[in-house]
Order: sequence, then C-alpha cells, then structure tokens
Amino acid sequence: MQESAATSQVPGAAAPLPDILPPVKVRRGLSGFIYRHPSMAIGGFLLLILIFIAVFAPLLGTGDPNAIAPARRNREPSAEFWFGTDPFGKDIYARVLYGARISLIIGFSVALLASIAGLAIGLVSGFIRWLDGIIMRIMDGLMSIPSILLAVALMALTRASVENVIIAITVAEIPRVSRLVRGVVLSLREQPYVDAAIAAGTRTPLIILRHILPNTIAPVTVQATYICASAMITEAILSFIGAGVPPTIAPSWGNIMADGRALWEVKPYIIFFPAVFLSLTVLAVNLLGDGLRDAVDPRMAKRL
Amino acid sequence: MKPPSSPVLEVKNLTKNFPVRRGLLSRTIANVHAVDGVSFSIGDSETLGLVGESGCGKSTAGKLILKLIEPTGGEIRLSGEPIEGMSAGAMRSRRRAMQVVFQDPYSSLNPRMRARDIVAEPLRNFERLLQSEVDERVAELFENVGLRRDQLARYPHEFSGGQRQRLVIARALALRPKLIICDEPVSALDVSVQAQVINLLIDLQKEFGLAYLFIAHDLAVVEHISHRVAVMYLGRIVELADKESLFAAPQHPYTEALLSAVPVPDPSVVPKRIILQGDVPSPIRRPPGCHFHTRCPYAFDRCKTERPAMREVKPGHFAACHLRDGPVAQDM
Repeated sequence: MQESAATSQVPGAAAPLPDILPPVKVRRGLSGFIYRHPSMAIGGFLLLILIFIAVFAPLLGTGDPNAIAPARRNREPSAEFWFGTDPFGKDIYARVLYGARISLIIGFSVALLASIAGLAIGLVSGFIRWLDGIIMRIMDGLMSIPSILLAVALMALTRASVENVIIAITVAEIPRVSRLVRGVVLSLREQPYVDAAIAAGTRTPLIILRHILPNTIAPVTVQATYICASAMITEAILSFIGAGVPPTIAPSWGNIMADGRALWEVKPYIIFFPAVFLSLTVLAVNLLGDGLRDAVDPRMAKRL
Repeated sequence: MKPPSSPVLEVKNLTKNFPVRRGLLSRTIANVHAVDGVSFSIGDSETLGLVGESGCGKSTAGKLILKLIEPTGGEIRLSGEPIEGMSAGAMRSRRRAMQVVFQDPYSSLNPRMRARDIVAEPLRNFERLLQSEVDERVAELFENVGLRRDQLARYPHEFSGGQRQRLVIARALALRPKLIICDEPVSALDVSVQAQVINLLIDLQKEFGLAYLFIAHDLAVVEHISHRVAVMYLGRIVELADKESLFAAPQHPYTEALLSAVPVPDPSVVPKRIILQGDVPSPIRRPPGCHFHTRCPYAFDRCKTERPAMREVKPGHFAACHLRDGPVAQDM
C-alpha cells in the first residue's frame, strides 16, 4: 500500500515550476566514479601501476637485481643505470622494481591475515563476555609494546625470511583489528534487529553469521587498508635495520636504503629512489582507504 | 470486565534491577530499579496497553517478557508455562508463541537483508520447508500486512517508515504467534501512517486472534487499540483498568494528570490541565513510600512512608493510591 496516496495529483494544482534550476548532471560510469570518489580513484590507479610494476618487473628493462659488479660501484643515475648503482654495483632501478614485490606481498598478506585473525578474536570477545576481559587485557598488553619493537623481538626469535616478517608484523597488527571488531560487535548486538532475530528463534551462530559478520566487513576492510600501509612501512623499517628481509633473499625498499645508508650524504639517490616508491605506495593505499571509508560510511552524504 | 480466560501471558511481581558498578573490582554501589514488582495478565485476543513516561520501565518490562534480558525476580507464564528461569535453548521453542515489534522500523531490520529473507527468517528457524513453500508463505504474509509482491526482493532502505513497520509486523506474524509485544510500534511514524499501522494491528488481531502487549506513551493511540490499560510510574504499575473505566474515571492522581495532558482537538474546549511539578525521581534513589508523592498534588504524610497496595477500587479497576479504598488485589 502506498503511504503517499494523499499527496497525489490535486485537481487545479498550481502550474509546474519554471525551469530556472540548471539540470542536474548525473555522471555515470568511470567518470562518475572518479568524480564521486576522487581519492579512491587516484589511490586505486597508483596502486594498480605499482602492482603492474611488481608483476612485470622482469620485463621492464631490468637486469638481475642481485648481480654484483664491483667495477661499476656507486654510479650516478645515467642512461645505462636509470637509478644509479649501489656500493656493490647492483642496479638500483632493477632492485627498486623488484622491491615492489616484497612490499606489496607483505602489505597485502599482513592486511589479510590480521583482518581474519582480528575478526575471529573480536567476534569471540564481543560474544563470549567472560573471555572478553582476558582477551582485551592481552590485546592491551600487545598494544603497549611499539609495533616495531614487537616485530624486531619476534624476528630475533626466528630466521629472517619473508614469511617470518609477515608473521611478526601480523602479530603486531592484530590488536588494532580485534579492538575495532569487538567495538562494532558490541554495538551491533544492541541493534533491535539482533533482538528481533533472537526473539524469532535464530540460533547464535546464525545470528553472528547473518546479522553481525556482514556488518563488520565494511569497517574491517577500511582498517585493512591502513594496516596494509603501516605493514609496508614496518617492513621497510625492519629491513633497514637488518631485522627484516635480508638483501641476500630479495631486494626490498628497506634493505636498498640500508645499503645506501653509509653514503647518503654523497650518494643520496641510493636512498631517494626506494624512498619515493615506498612513499607513493603508502600514499596510494592510504588514499584508497580514505576513499573506502567515505564510501562505506552512510553518514557521508552521496554526491551526484 | 470479563475474566481473562486462560491468559496467554501472566506476569507476577516481575522485577529487574540493573546494578551500577564502579571501581576496579566492579563493586555494586547501587541498583537501577527499572521494573519493580509488575503484575498483569493478557487473555486471548486481548490488547493490554502499557503506558508511562520515558524511563518508567515499560520497555524493560517488554524485553523481560521476551527473555531478551533475565529478570531479577518474579514469574512470567506463557500460556500457563513458567518461562522466567528457562535456558536459552529451552526458550527457543517457546518463542514461536511470542513475537515482537520494536519502535524504530529503521534499526529493527537488518539493512543487508532482502525483505523476503527478513520475513522468512523466523519460518526457516522453526519449519523445514521447501524454498517454494517459504516463498508462498512470505508472499501471503506480505499480503496480510498490505505490502505488494513486487516488493519482495527490495532492501529495507527502499521502503518508507510505514512500509518498514509493515515488514516488521509481517516478520512477527510469520510464526502465527499468540502474543505480540509491541514496543512503541508507531512512535517513530508520522501521524497519518500511525493510524494505518494501528488499524492494521487491529485487523490482524481480529483475523488471527492475536493478543498484544501494547507499550506506548501516546494515550490517544492506547485508547484506540487497547481493551485494558496499565499505567506505569517509576517501575511500578499504579493503575490498571478497562479502557473505558480508566479514561472516564481515573483513580490514581498520576493517571489523572496524564489524561489531563492529552490534547483535545476542539479549540472551544479550555483544557483543565494538571501540571505536575518537578521531574520523575531517579530510579536509583527512589522516594520512599509512594513513588509519586514528590509530585502528587494530594500527597499527605502516609504517602511518604508507606507503599500503597494495589486495591480493587471498582470491579476490574485497580489502583495503588492511599486515597482509594477497596480489597487488596490478588490477581489482575
């Protein structure tokens, strides 16, 4: 039944308003998306380029990124070596492009793993009240340790490898997600539609699956992009101080910068190029996250 | 009043305290007495209106009966069976008999579910049905509440407030309950839409023999839909009577004041308002004796010390006031 029946055509109604308002331009397709979510578009575009670079690094005019050539140490950027060479004569252009792989792999893996683990812990904490106090005190304890220190400590316990770096950074990031999820779960539990589902006889696992989980995905996705950005920075820091991915396994922006550390006053380009790529990547991911946050937040009014 | 035969719902001395905890060890420093010894019963196809100011405990009473929160004390009987101490698992099967309509039709529908899935949820919980049978039942329910079949696949945000409340009612009807707890079902709606939803509830009551506990603060709405009305003040029922008797001759000063505040849609009538002084006292530190004595225009010494018992002032008309005489009520 239509509620608006009373407002339908009245005989003898006033003439339609004159056309003084400019027609509303509705943008559709890609241009509409860019117009509505500029930061998401820019961030996504930048990130796509970086993913492209990471995937097709061998095809982009790079040589062996690990080839040591003492004869051509510390070359300035030139036509032959676009980004110059480092103190071992390794081609920085090749190393920076290959380094994108490590950064992106670690960023995405940590974001994914920390989100899944955080979701699980947050759901348990939000639903099993007697466990909540215990879990949250553990999370508080983890959060009180700076994430870099925690990751360094975890790396000290294990062998240096990409997987171990991922695990170490994930552990440091889990508390943030689980706190967020717990908060969302606690507020969703108070929603009348959850009470209505309980009153309708829906069992608890189904309530979590049907009414709670789908409504936590949006905030967790946004949080995941920030975790991705912060994981890439943490990885670079770890590699820079020698606690992350060693240069013998793979080039990473952190360990390229570490190689140039001693010479940064005379050969600043060794640090400059990986630093620019790291900044651009983090910027891209953060822009994407900001755009996502605005897009999923119902309080942000939709623009035409 | 005809005695309620085989009450669908019987509530005796229902009590709920929310502890106020402070400090490192979460010591209980006080209690919020949200519901304090509430008793009433609802018969088949009967509507009991439960009215009171915000914070008087009427919504808490509804949630207690639905077992969404555990009562501190008292009895709740659903068709004669006590449910107050029942485990969540045992309670689940009893939920078929009792459904709920909440105040806010926006937050009582999961924004990520389609209308047909929302209405089908209770069906799927209790009955093993083929998809085609579920579809048929849901379409039927849509018809019952005046929604169209082409709206089945829509999401809640594509409906208006009144349509959403119809959807909520369809969900509540799905299991053919005997009792629906309506917690301010029309307060969030426009006045014209309120009338439509109220009339829908009345029609459905006739069609399916539903009993309603109708919680509201709008007396005009309550007068329209209820058979009997209970008035709550600070966690206690102060008056309970037939609609006609209560609106014609209120026996409790609080009810009297409430009724005098109802606007009369006639400009020639000069209303005689009883303006209550002060605010509702805190449910944490309640005044002794009759809770209403701090604002009652007729209060005398006895009211400050002694809690008035519920008395049957007239047949079927109960009031808890020292000014009224009558046998102390046993059953209401």
